[in-house]
Amino acid sequence: MTERKIVIPGEMIVKGEDYLPGEGTEKRGDEVVALRYGLAEEVKKLVKVIPLSGVYQPRRGNIIIGKVERITFNGWLIDIGAHDCAFLSLTEVPRYVNKDGLEELMDLGHMVVAKIWNMNKRGIDLSIKSRGLGKIDEGIIIEVNPNKVPRVIGKEGSMINLIKDETKCNITVGQNGLIWIQGDKVENELYAKKAILFVTEKSFMDGLTEELKKWFKENKNE
Amino acid sequence: MEITTNLTGERIKKYLSQGKRFDGRKENEFREIKIEKDISKNAEGSVRVNIGKTEVLVGVKLGIGEPYPDSPEKGNLMTTAELLPLSSPRFESGPPKFPAIELARVIDRGIRESKYIDFDKLCIKKGEKVWTVFVDIYTINDDGNLFDAAGIGAITALKNAKMPKYDEETGKILFGEWTDEKVPLSDGTPISITAHKIGDRFIIDPTREEEDVSEVRITAGISNGIISSMQKGNSESLSMEDMDKILDLLEKTERELFKKLEKFLK
Amino acid sequence: MSKEFKRQDGRKPNEMRRPISAKVGVVPNADGSAMYCSGKTIAIAAVYGPKKMHPQHSQNPEKGTLRCTYNMLSFSVADRIRPGPNRRSTEISKITEWALEPVVMLDKYPNRVVDVYIHMIQADAGTRCAGINAAAMALAHAGIPMKNIVSSIAAGKLDKTVVLDLDKYEDSEFKEGEGSTDIPMTFTPDGKLTHIQVDGHISKEQLKEAMNMAREACKEIYEVQKQALKEIKE
Repeated sequence: MTERKIVIPGEMIVKGEDYLPGEGTEKRGDEVVALRYGLAEEVKKLVKVIPLSGVYQPRRGNIIIGKVERITFNGWLIDIGAHDCAFLSLTEVPRYVNKDGLEELMDLGHMVVAKIWNMNKRGIDLSIKSRGLGKIDEGIIIEVNPNKVPRVIGKEGSMINLIKDETKCNITVGQNGLIWIQGDKVENELYAKKAILFVTEKSFMDGLTEELKKWFKENKNE
Repeated sequence: MEITTNLTGERIKKYLSQGKRFDGRKENEFREIKIEKDISKNAEGSVRVNIGKTEVLVGVKLGIGEPYPDSPEKGNLMTTAELLPLSSPRFESGPPKFPAIELARVIDRGIRESKYIDFDKLCIKKGEKVWTVFVDIYTINDDGNLFDAAGIGAITALKNAKMPKYDEETGKILFGEWTDEKVPLSDGTPISITAHKIGDRFIIDPTREEEDVSEVRITAGISNGIISSMQKGNSESLSMEDMDKILDLLEKTERELFKKLEKFLK
Repeated sequence: MSKEFKRQDGRKPNEMRRPISAKVGVVPNADGSAMYCSGKTIAIAAVYGPKKMHPQHSQNPEKGTLRCTYNMLSFSVADRIRPGPNRRSTEISKITEWALEPVVMLDKYPNRVVDVYIHMIQADAGTRCAGINAAAMALAHAGIPMKNIVSSIAAGKLDKTVVLDLDKYEDSEFKEGEGSTDIPMTFTPDGKLTHIQVDGHISKEQLKEAMNMAREACKEIYEVQKQALKEIKE
């Protein structure tokens, strides 16, 4: 198998004893079969399906953007768009917070950039202790299909860096598909939003970084 | 995930205070409107209306019923709306809740009070038997402004509805067979338009994001400049000056919207 | 099989209605969605989830729940039906869940629910089958793990002849001889039956014949579903 192709659940991807079933696949006899809809990929005999759709699947280490849903006596429950709410404990905040004044740091409806530092049966634990994490004070938040986040970021950040340079905005891409854009002017933020939506709409295209460069030339921010 | 966050909401308001909208539209500019007729062949009339990414289906069916005692020679109108859970993560299953009931009632009044349907022609036997016109509205995708999508759907579906055949001997409708006659309508077309107040600005055709920061909404059924129905929604108040601005905006929008819809209303 | 038997619309006994067509992504708000059309029947389905199950007492700690809701739009049939669920739609919703559950893999989603909403925009018999076909595609489109997708069609019997894919007239008005029997079925691509109902009367031998006929037809339906999922707009 040389090129990537779209497969549907139950479809045979490759045949041969020496192939190994990776994520989103299983072995049936000597065939590797897709267990979900997506792009089939084979690297060194390991076959997997890269999802094209579906709700966000949280993973340890992910940077995400979430919204404060509830405040408890020792932290915040954060909606991160996954099937579970995530918890940000008071102990995972980089400074001292008075237990009676949690809402002074972050109130209901506030948005936060955080990192998933632990996951277990009880739920997802967040932290805002590292650099670049914490409450969001200004800017806009847009939502993209979480499966398209790798395309928005690009190889070693090439795509997102291009967008940051062209639009002069700070952009934080949450693995859960929420993207925080902040610029000097609303116009710049909306320009960045348009560029990101261009990438998500054309996400199947080869040479997308070049296409985006062309797009920036053709669509100047007036 | 529901993401019209306070943050984005603040930006929408701030930008709008300069007279600008996120998608670059003017204050009274509609998104692209698409109308497809006859989307359901068993209906007397049916349309699919898209306003941007918002989509509704509206179907017209006829039935036979008894007239109301105070109008023994007039037909009936029954309007229903369902906000299908299929169309938005915000809509829940179960019996119709207030937003669906309100939507149906606002559209119903727009049609009824403007006398768009000629109910006098829908009498079969005085005091006993009249036609009932059913207008049923279903949402398929909600990206804001379901009210106007439903209103446009209702008038275009009615305009394209044919009368079914009626068997006088049995007194029953021959379902699936139609006459060449249209459902009797009057000349004026009541167009339902909704204005929203955000900060000190007024806009038409909000996206879902804009609707989320709307403080007040006013839906009016207007036909040739005459207002026949109106409903204010949400709990903020409006000043007299606000109302002046809204009325001007609605009047201006009605003329432009009517031009866009004209070819579907022939 | 009687060779002289003529169907009202001129189809051969083993011929399904055409055109059949399918499309995914018809509801932008949903996590996955699809439309399936066969003859004059048009079904749409949208999937939301996996998400937290409410109310809490309905949660299954062992695995995720598949929850299907089938409904006809009031104007999808000639004689208007009142909006909202009824006994028929409640049963078909459950039948649809059973037809899909054997292929849907929700063991990794305890206490979660995947909601599937199915609506008939235009109905001309065979709606539960069209609904199942649309739902299977919408589930795949939503990225739900599945062993396979399923395909559904009705076979049946008109008088003494086994036929495929009854239309509205054949299903509800055909009265000649032994009358009409409707047998909706759902198959996996490898030939496993996930749903069957019989409404009428039929011998064991003819039922087997009907099953084989539906099984063959499902292969073609599967190709249509597969093609629709593989067509991605640029």
